[in-house]
Amino acid sequence: MASSTKKYAKPVYLVDGARTPFIKAMGKPGPFKHADLGINASRSLLLRQPFAPGDIDEVIFGATMPGPDEANLARVVALRLGCGDQVPAYTVQRNCASGMQALDNAAMSIASGRSNLVLAGGIEAMSHAPLLLHPRMVAWLGDWWSAKTIGQRFRVLGGFSPRLLKPVIALLKGLTDPVVGLNMGQTAEQIAWRFDISREAMDQFSVDSHMKLHQAQQSGELQEVSPMYDAGGNVYEHDNGVRPDSSLEKLARLRPAFDKPYGLVTPGNSSQITDGAAALVLASEAAVKQHDLPVMGRLVSTEWAALTPAEMGLGPAHAIAPLLKSLRLKVEDIDYWEINEAFAAQVLAVMAALNDTAYCREQLGLRGRVGEIPLEKLNVHGGAVAIGHPVGASGARIVLHLARVLEQKGASRGVASLCIGGGQGGAMLIERDVA
Amino acid sequence: MSIDILDWKSERDADGIHWLILDKQDSATNVLSVSILEQLDALLDEIERELPRAVVIRSGKRSGFIAGADVNEFLDVSNTQEAMIMVKRGQKLMNRIEKLSCTTVALIEGFCMGGGTELALACDYRIALDEDSTRIGLPEVKLGIHPAYGGVVRATRLVNPQHSLEMMLSGRALRPRQARKIGLVDLVQPRRQLERAARQVALKPPARQKMPWLGRLLSLPGIRHLLASYMRSQVARKAPRQHYPAPYAILDLWASFCGDRRRMMEEEAHSVSRLIQGNKVRNLIRVFFLQTRLKGLGDKKAFQPQHVHVIGAGTMGGDIAAWCALRGFQVTLQDREAKYLGNAFKRAHALFAKRIRDTAARNAAIDRLIPDVAGDGVARADVVIEAIYENTEAKHAIYREIEPRMKPGAVLATNTSSIPLEELATVLVEPDRLVGIHFFNPVAMMPLVEIVRTESSSPETIERAIAFTQHIGKLPLPVRSSPGFLVNRILMPYLVEAFFLYDEGVAPEAIDKAATDFGMPMGPVELADTVGLDICQSVAQNLSQAFAIELPKGLKAFVDSKKLGKKSGRGFYQYKKGKPIKDRDADLGDQKVIQARLLGRFLNEAVACLQEAIVDDRDLLDAGVIFGTGFAPFRGGPLNHAAQEGVDTVLASLQGLEANHGERFKAVDGWSMLAD
Repeated sequence: MASSTKKYAKPVYLVDGARTPFIKAMGKPGPFKHADLGINASRSLLLRQPFAPGDIDEVIFGATMPGPDEANLARVVALRLGCGDQVPAYTVQRNCASGMQALDNAAMSIASGRSNLVLAGGIEAMSHAPLLLHPRMVAWLGDWWSAKTIGQRFRVLGGFSPRLLKPVIALLKGLTDPVVGLNMGQTAEQIAWRFDISREAMDQFSVDSHMKLHQAQQSGELQEVSPMYDAGGNVYEHDNGVRPDSSLEKLARLRPAFDKPYGLVTPGNSSQITDGAAALVLASEAAVKQHDLPVMGRLVSTEWAALTPAEMGLGPAHAIAPLLKSLRLKVEDIDYWEINEAFAAQVLAVMAALNDTAYCREQLGLRGRVGEIPLEKLNVHGGAVAIGHPVGASGARIVLHLARVLEQKGASRGVASLCIGGGQGGAMLIERDVA
Repeated sequence: MSIDILDWKSERDADGIHWLILDKQDSATNVLSVSILEQLDALLDEIERELPRAVVIRSGKRSGFIAGADVNEFLDVSNTQEAMIMVKRGQKLMNRIEKLSCTTVALIEGFCMGGGTELALACDYRIALDEDSTRIGLPEVKLGIHPAYGGVVRATRLVNPQHSLEMMLSGRALRPRQARKIGLVDLVQPRRQLERAARQVALKPPARQKMPWLGRLLSLPGIRHLLASYMRSQVARKAPRQHYPAPYAILDLWASFCGDRRRMMEEEAHSVSRLIQGNKVRNLIRVFFLQTRLKGLGDKKAFQPQHVHVIGAGTMGGDIAAWCALRGFQVTLQDREAKYLGNAFKRAHALFAKRIRDTAARNAAIDRLIPDVAGDGVARADVVIEAIYENTEAKHAIYREIEPRMKPGAVLATNTSSIPLEELATVLVEPDRLVGIHFFNPVAMMPLVEIVRTESSSPETIERAIAFTQHIGKLPLPVRSSPGFLVNRILMPYLVEAFFLYDEGVAPEAIDKAATDFGMPMGPVELADTVGLDICQSVAQNLSQAFAIELPKGLKAFVDSKKLGKKSGRGFYQYKKGKPIKDRDADLGDQKVIQARLLGRFLNEAVACLQEAIVDDRDLLDAGVIFGTGFAPFRGGPLNHAAQEGVDTVLASLQGLEANHGERFKAVDGWSMLAD
């Protein structure tokens, strides 16, 4: 059971934020590594601030699989950003919510009075996930290196088999639950079955996601995206996984990718494997005053919850319900929602669960259902199905974008939430003063 | 005879190591002057009387080990005999160090050049500091000579001659690890281990480094003659023998005498004494001093910018931004839309890949160059450089927009080459902060930057612009705001004359040969093709309005038919893979007349600029022309050349040309200034 939710003890202001375009992984390492993405998300953001990078108290980034040469990724980013030697930094990991976890850590640090100015966000270069040697191959190499005599070497050589050379794809390992043995797509199949989500509903939701993103890109509503340039001079200006020509007919043709051949979850109605990063500047009241900072909104409260790993996709329902309850808010009080689209089926299942009296009673310990989240208030500029889901970055992206949406629409309250591999959910409430 | 030891500290420690520490009095850097060598000679007497366990030679200055011989003393050498005496004295001293029966170690930090490297080579061991400031080289060819204190002999016997010759032929200075790789130094150590390493090597000397087998093989008779002739052909591509005899002398010396050490030593001295004759070395030393003068302008400490904002991501703006990022500045690069920045980043990455080997350092340069379509960098910049297309209204619009956002004291610079700064400054609230910082294309290759001042630019602004130019490692040349400034102004009549010659039916090959035979790095026709004929035309038109220069017709035809030179694959020449196809059998015409015509216009315009005080004095004019155009360095600049040829001779030539080819050769009044 989650503990009763409390608001952050002191105001935590969201000052500004930026992100990279999310770039579709093309089956080989992309042009930007983890730290490169973090820097591209942060440096133009810091450039426009009235304070210097060295004024930041700490740097916190979330990532699930930083490269082996940048294990404390946040510190590498902080140093390469020119924050100077004296700004501490650390990296957090809570799978798909790593980016949101970074924001929560930053907020707690500000609320406790330890920090006044924090750069926080999420980074993931999924295309750079390593290929690993099979553990048996590693054991064989260990034997080989410790073999001294010719005889020993021959013996070790005899134990070699070409099967040992088969690499282990770290990304697939990461996307498979080690406890229940299901991959993430299969957990989505599981909850689609439980809430009877149809293939058509998933595909329609996905088409809508693409259309909404395309529309937003055309009308310039994604101002938080700052362009990147690779060594070849190619310009990355937009999330490039968007398919403006997506349609129900096209998606209907795709085959199930996880539960073959009878399943419903396809690459077309799942989030895309992408590289990207998002960074936010969070500040205390004192810092806002000291540097005369503009305020986009306030982080008010964050809720973490856990459930069976086999139904990890329902995590948002488990986090949203207590978040609203503890703040005495109803679904209608929330102006806009960002629920990360790990899978179309999974978002639809979350909405179904929150609107299902039996589920809310039995699984969430409530007296009745939470309510119905209106589709037109959810992911108004598209979600991870179209934008992509660079795992560690998404949590920071949805919070940042939610704040932008509140600003654009002149609204005051929003919830960002995501499901977390391993069977967890996170939800964050942000508010904005309406003039 | 006793000598005062003023510049060396000499001390023997408890372990019996004798430390010789060079710390030249009243000087920031150590040079091997005659006096310092004499002092060392005297110190060796003392050391030989009571032999220590080892001798370690090091510098007492943080700036470097030894920057080379004292170039000033070269100028006093007036004949072969004097040169021989000087060289022999140096050789004898180096031999003495080499023959010391105790271990000798050279401890190298920072710059180690020329004579300094020769001294290090005479020691048994060389230990270099593993820092980026360490550079080891034998750059004598740059002054038209070669190492003469046994440097050629020792370098080619210690290091694979492929590498040691390459180092001497190019005059290139090596980084510590490169020096270790080829075996020029024995050890490369971080500062924290440097002294311990020297001590250990001194007390427990390891096996001496030997020439690798490949090097010994390449030094065998026959094989070495083949290698030398191959290297001669390589050198010939960049430096023709008639103008640059020094590298050929190194190859001849090595190929002929490498087998006989004593003889080679002797011949090394003779060879250098021969090279030192005539004006070439003198003129190259002049170029060295001119460079030193430009490097000394302004006060780097008085203005230490951190952030540079560049507006306009075209070839010039993009390359300026990349250069500044390479040199350690935080740089923001702005253009109207994100897509216009792509090419600049491509070129920047290529520059970093070429210039920075270390991955982390390269990443740092990439991180420092920030795309900034929103122009947020303006408010943070200490220097804003505007490098957009040549349009007064567009530049005005930018100035109006950025001036209120700029930091107080920040410099606003324009890279314009054709719009008068006075006209640009009209929209500024503080017109005194505008200065021209005029870079040349390609930015990474061209050492000179013109600093353009107007009547209204404040002395502080000019000082800051000069200091900034020093910080980015370019040579600043202060010039007066006047059409074409200095470099383009002087080049244009010369290029125009080439176009006249072409119109008269002279082959481009003949025109270019006349210029390269004089010593220009590239002929005017090829230069025009490289710059771009459209750009030449616009600069020429701009200048022809100001100075009533008569323009030939041929150029326009090329531009109208989109034959723009190298970039379009066709100009005066046809281009294949970026190289011009030249007709080897082209009629060379009367080379003497062609050369006289090209040079006549060049020199006449240079004198006009002197007369109009575009720069402050003759030396600055020569410096600007050499570093801005590559004007035959061994001739010491156009004014120096005219003086060496004799002003009367040049004037007579101009008179003849005027009679045959018209008004444009009429000698300007300024020649009277040179008559003294």
